[in-house]
Amino acid sequence: MIAAVVAVAVSVLGAAAPADAQMLVNGAGATFPYPIYSKWFEEYIKVDPGARFNYQSIGSGGGIRQITERTVDFGATDGPMTDEQLKKAPGALFHIPTVLGAVVPTYNLPGNPKLRFTGEVLADIFLGKITKWNDDRIKALNPSEVLPDRPIVVVHRSDGSGTTFIWVDYLCKVSKEWEQKVGRGTSVNWPVGLGGKGNEGVAGQVKAAPGALGYVELAYAITNKLPAAAVKNQAGKFVEASIESTIAAATGAASAMPADFRVSLTNSAGDAAYPIASFTWLLVYKDQQDEAKGRALARFLWWAVHDGQKHASALLYAPLPAAVVKQIETRIGQISFGGKPLLAAK
Amino acid sequence: MARSVTLVEGASGRAWRPPAATRGRVGRIGDPLFRALLKGSAWLVILLAIGLVIALAWESSGAVRAFGLRFIVTSTWDPVAGDFGALPFIYGTLVSSLLALLLAVPLSLGAAIYLAELAPAWVRPPVAFLIEMLAAVPSVVYGLWGIFVLVPWLRDWVQPSLGRWLGFLPLFSGPAYGVGMLAAGLILSIMVVPYITSVAREVLLAVPNAQREAALGLGATRWEAIRIAVLRYGRSGLIGAVLLGLGRALGETMAVTMVIGNRPAIAASLFAPGYTMASVVANEFTEATSDLYVAALVEVGLLLLVVTIVVNALARLLVWSVGGPAAGARE
Repeated sequence: MIAAVVAVAVSVLGAAAPADAQMLVNGAGATFPYPIYSKWFEEYIKVDPGARFNYQSIGSGGGIRQITERTVDFGATDGPMTDEQLKKAPGALFHIPTVLGAVVPTYNLPGNPKLRFTGEVLADIFLGKITKWNDDRIKALNPSEVLPDRPIVVVHRSDGSGTTFIWVDYLCKVSKEWEQKVGRGTSVNWPVGLGGKGNEGVAGQVKAAPGALGYVELAYAITNKLPAAAVKNQAGKFVEASIESTIAAATGAASAMPADFRVSLTNSAGDAAYPIASFTWLLVYKDQQDEAKGRALARFLWWAVHDGQKHASALLYAPLPAAVVKQIETRIGQISFGGKPLLAAK
Repeated sequence: MARSVTLVEGASGRAWRPPAATRGRVGRIGDPLFRALLKGSAWLVILLAIGLVIALAWESSGAVRAFGLRFIVTSTWDPVAGDFGALPFIYGTLVSSLLALLLAVPLSLGAAIYLAELAPAWVRPPVAFLIEMLAAVPSVVYGLWGIFVLVPWLRDWVQPSLGRWLGFLPLFSGPAYGVGMLAAGLILSIMVVPYITSVAREVLLAVPNAQREAALGLGATRWEAIRIAVLRYGRSGLIGAVLLGLGRALGETMAVTMVIGNRPAIAASLFAPGYTMASVVANEFTEATSDLYVAALVEVGLLLLVVTIVVNALARLLVWSVGGPAAGARE
């Protein structure tokens, strides 16, 4: 009986709170995690009805700019900020990993063979050094497949994108030549190929052109049933992209995780690790300027890396491995206002 | 009749005055207020345009300082190294738009002449309406059609046969991807046809009947009458129609991005992929992280504005040189 009264009182208070306070926490940034973030904000309203989160998926670049100028309360990015960018921010910025994503090579060949690639071969194809499907190096990796004497039509993203960042970050790690000639970024100076806008643009051009090879997000490849090649990882195993092999990439990196979480998960260690995977991050200031908002944000982050993770798989993101969540907890605990941590010790 | 006389007086420079009978009633407060409002609107438009240029110039100043003139004559676009040259985008915008006009102008003028001069009366309204409807189709829809219909058709049929018969020309050489400059020019031409056709048709309808009757009365054939009496009379209006189409082609972003291949390179072949100014800004702005990168993209936007103004100014000169500033469909 008492419990029921309390519950009613709480729900009444809860319903009334937004009307008086109507606290709005604003964020902006990466488009890749937008589906899971909007799901989280929708679910989190049930946990804390007093805070409403508003997120604009304007791209990682915009997210970094806006959080640096403090025009939003939190930012989001698919590629970690550089030291130079961090220096421009008016305060210490935390990178909080939220979920994981992966990028897969997808292709269009007659008969839909199941292909295997190594990083070096992918890099040389994207450098324009391997130009035909029946090249000896591709044949050596796929001895049982019949590969046609067709030119490889390379397809890449034309828009700046976190997906591109993960892809070229991987190519940088496996090919010195790629690192020197092209480098890493959300868009790069592609040596060869056609550009498609968005995952759908790349997939559309790959589907339309026999002999095409492109790269798309794992979630996009799964929902659209695109053929995805297995890629050889650091341990020498050919691994297909899946939610499990993406989590394995993060687990492999957990032991050597830097304290600021600005880490690349591509070509990560571990037998089961898929080599083209990455975190996506939320960006928050260590020292919050508004106590109430800061507390709401810290509570939300805590919820997101714990209870929120169960929504990840349904939306085809890989949840954070437990070892990494432990490390993130410490970080969230350091978010403070006026020198005092905003979350009570748990 | 009297009204049209006053209008012409207004156009010749003297301010318009209401007829004496209505003066002094609501006119005392209403007229000056109305006048001030209109004046304000006119100036606001001009101020907005100036503000736009200033804002673009300000935001792009970093790239202007870093690259100077090199920005418009070099063709490396390397966001990683921070080295930016916009020549391939300028080239892509101009070539795709000119290709579009080359294909669209004869088609549109043909359709407009048919609708205004030759078509049976019952055909005219529905066809004119349909053409105007085409102008209202959002460009992303054209883009989707381009990806799913136009590009495969080009790749499997048009480009292989062009390559077989005309492959000795650099214009039609190279591998057939489907996407590329040719696809962009084609899709743009389809998009500007409705604009040019409907404006050209209005211009032709505005040509006084006395013109046609006079030509036919002198023994001209149908074709001669149209050529001498109608087209020549309306030529500045027709050029205006073409300009409207060109304006749309220069600034078109979405549909072009979807079919042009998005590769910042200058190639002689129409089969090769290219890139336009509007497309690169739309594609890369959201993820541009460094200040120089953003400034370079804004400078591309500024250049697009400049190119549009220059092309329009050249066209305006063309209109003046063929017809004089007073010619056209004023009646």
